[in-house]
Amino acid sequence: MAEPRVRVPSTARQGEVIEIKTLLSHPMETGHRRDVYGKLIPRQIIHTFTCTYNGTEVFRADWYPAVAANPYLAFFTVATESGRLRFEWIDDEGTVYATEAEITVV
Amino acid sequence: MRGHLCRLSLGVCAALLALHVASAGEPSPYVVEDRRSGYTYLSEDNQQLQDDDFANPGLLWVERGRELWQQIEGTAGTSCAGCHGDAATSMRGVRTRYPRFDPQGGKLINLEQQINRCRAERMHAPSYPYESDALLSLITFVALQSRGLPIDVRIDGPAQPFFAAGKVLYEQRRGQLDLACSHCHERYAGQRLRGDVISQGQINGFPIYRHTWQTLGSTHRMFAWCNTSVRAAPYPPGSDAYVNLELFVAWRGRGLPVEAPAVRR
Repeated sequence: MAEPRVRVPSTARQGEVIEIKTLLSHPMETGHRRDVYGKLIPRQIIHTFTCTYNGTEVFRADWYPAVAANPYLAFFTVATESGRLRFEWIDDEGTVYATEAEITVV
Repeated sequence: MRGHLCRLSLGVCAALLALHVASAGEPSPYVVEDRRSGYTYLSEDNQQLQDDDFANPGLLWVERGRELWQQIEGTAGTSCAGCHGDAATSMRGVRTRYPRFDPQGGKLINLEQQINRCRAERMHAPSYPYESDALLSLITFVALQSRGLPIDVRIDGPAQPFFAAGKVLYEQRRGQLDLACSHCHERYAGQRLRGDVISQGQINGFPIYRHTWQTLGSTHRMFAWCNTSVRAAPYPPGSDAYVNLELFVAWRGRGLPVEAPAVRR
């Protein structure tokens, strides 16, 4: 539906611990629910989230069916150098939701 | 957010304690006379979730709504913005006035129906189905522009008979459990129903992101949910009965601030 939302501080001091917040619109269908005909609704969840900082992976998460719809994730990393942070969410259908954010380290 | 549900009863206790403290201190915008917004029944976690414009999942719909506001559709070649311009000024206060009496149709009209009428008459575009993501996005975006303003619906003049009809519906027993809205939300508001505290059933926060649904929903979806919970057949969303009820319930919460998109359990 909507674009993924990320919040990264636009500037940070070198070595500073920064908080990154992410939010994505996704149904996170567990695979345990049944439709009105009693048929299982196939699992359709985001199973992998990664964050790379100028090409280096700094955060990764494996998600399971207990994660709620429209998952919100906040995590911390250390501001090392100016550049781009790239965020990727991969779901069971193979769709990759991706977005990027700039950070300036002073 | 499924995890939140497990902590719900604990959270409710915490919220009650917090309420007790708050009521002694400074006045809360969420309480007007004896009317209190659903916000005051939330756990502290959920209040923070609602207050944070990043984490609040309802903002996903706001963003979609902002795009749709600009999107040119229909044969008239215009968009919402084509007539109304900047929503921040033109739509400010709109959410507080709906549902209102509509002379053209001779009955009440709510925000959803107003948007669909604009689409039909001004944009010559097809109507959005009730509860569709697109319609929810637009009403959430429009409602957001009135954030913090007090609910102020008109119940006099031509709206009066519809208000009265809404009141009758509110006080009418229905379903296998033989309960009226007023039984829970007036007589027993603030008391416990199993692990939960019964709220006053105010609608100033709608459309809401509801954890139980894991998605955003309108007032009418909530009415239908309540009806089904007392084992009554719900009315279809957008039906006259529900629009009348919406006016009565909005009036019950007169003066409460628009919170859209609120987070509820």
